[in-house]
Amino acid sequence: MSDETRSPWFLPVIYVGGLIFGLGLAVSGMARPEVVLDFLQFDDFGLVFVMGGAAVVTGITFAVATRYLDRAPLTASEYTRRVKEFDRNVVVGGVIFGVGWGLSGICPGSAYASFGVGNYPILWAIGGMFLGAYAQGYVRSLTGSEEGT
Amino acid sequence: MAPLLAPLVLETPFPRGILPYLVGGLLVGLGAAVIYLATGIIAGASTFLESTLSYVSDVDRFNRFKYVQSRGWRVVFTLGIVSGAALWGLVLAPDPTIWTTDVQWWRLLAGGVLVGVGTRLGKGCTSGHGVCGVGSLSNTSLVNVATFMAFAIGTAQLVQALGVTP
Repeated sequence: MSDETRSPWFLPVIYVGGLIFGLGLAVSGMARPEVVLDFLQFDDFGLVFVMGGAAVVTGITFAVATRYLDRAPLTASEYTRRVKEFDRNVVVGGVIFGVGWGLSGICPGSAYASFGVGNYPILWAIGGMFLGAYAQGYVRSLTGSEEGT
Repeated sequence: MAPLLAPLVLETPFPRGILPYLVGGLLVGLGAAVIYLATGIIAGASTFLESTLSYVSDVDRFNRFKYVQSRGWRVVFTLGIVSGAALWGLVLAPDPTIWTTDVQWWRLLAGGVLVGVGTRLGKGCTSGHGVCGVGSLSNTSLVNVATFMAFAIGTAQLVQALGVTP
């Protein structure tokens, strides 16, 4: 997908999609670390419906689009599923992410949404995420490990 | 615990009810679906961290073609997430107000660093693997989600058992 094949509606639609996404994160309570921690501590299992509800919608959308639709109107890209290669990093990364999520109650999308509801202390977490992303990118560039995304 | 949250009644597994969670989840899925149907892009939230670093860092990994060519729309996507949450929290919510967390700063910072490392090493986060990967029935994503879920539950319960609140 190059800039030449992009419709002028590309960025506006990305913005509106992000807006609905963020609205959902705020409505669901995931923008509040306390709600996430209540789930992880088994005090409130509601978060199952957030991930479950969202995955059902994307699952149906992916299934219909890959079978019945031709190409995405704004980019002329083909519809594909999200299937990434499996390697050791998928597990190691999952462990590190899990410990971080359990410690803070914050994941990337919910942190951006949390900033949106005025939660300025979340800048600690957003700053930390950039630091962590920078550290792993720096080390992996040094060691030449370019697998994965 | 902030006074805005309904008090927890521990006799039920859903002390705040189910509706806000379900409606919120459906909206998250809808936002991802709008972007996918219009552009074919499967949006995750954590790639933004690395693609945005390409604006300020010369590190090879951040300046790969797929990050540099997607960094613009990823900024727009993130601004959309911030705006949508603000629209709910400050305008549409039953009690519009600025909300701040009571979770301690060191938990947010240390957790954030680990989330930054782990999501990028593991190729995705709660939205990329959790929502889009699971929606794709990807084995890679199912393994990643099971892993981060198990370790998040273990960590949160350990921290709670050590007496850290919140």
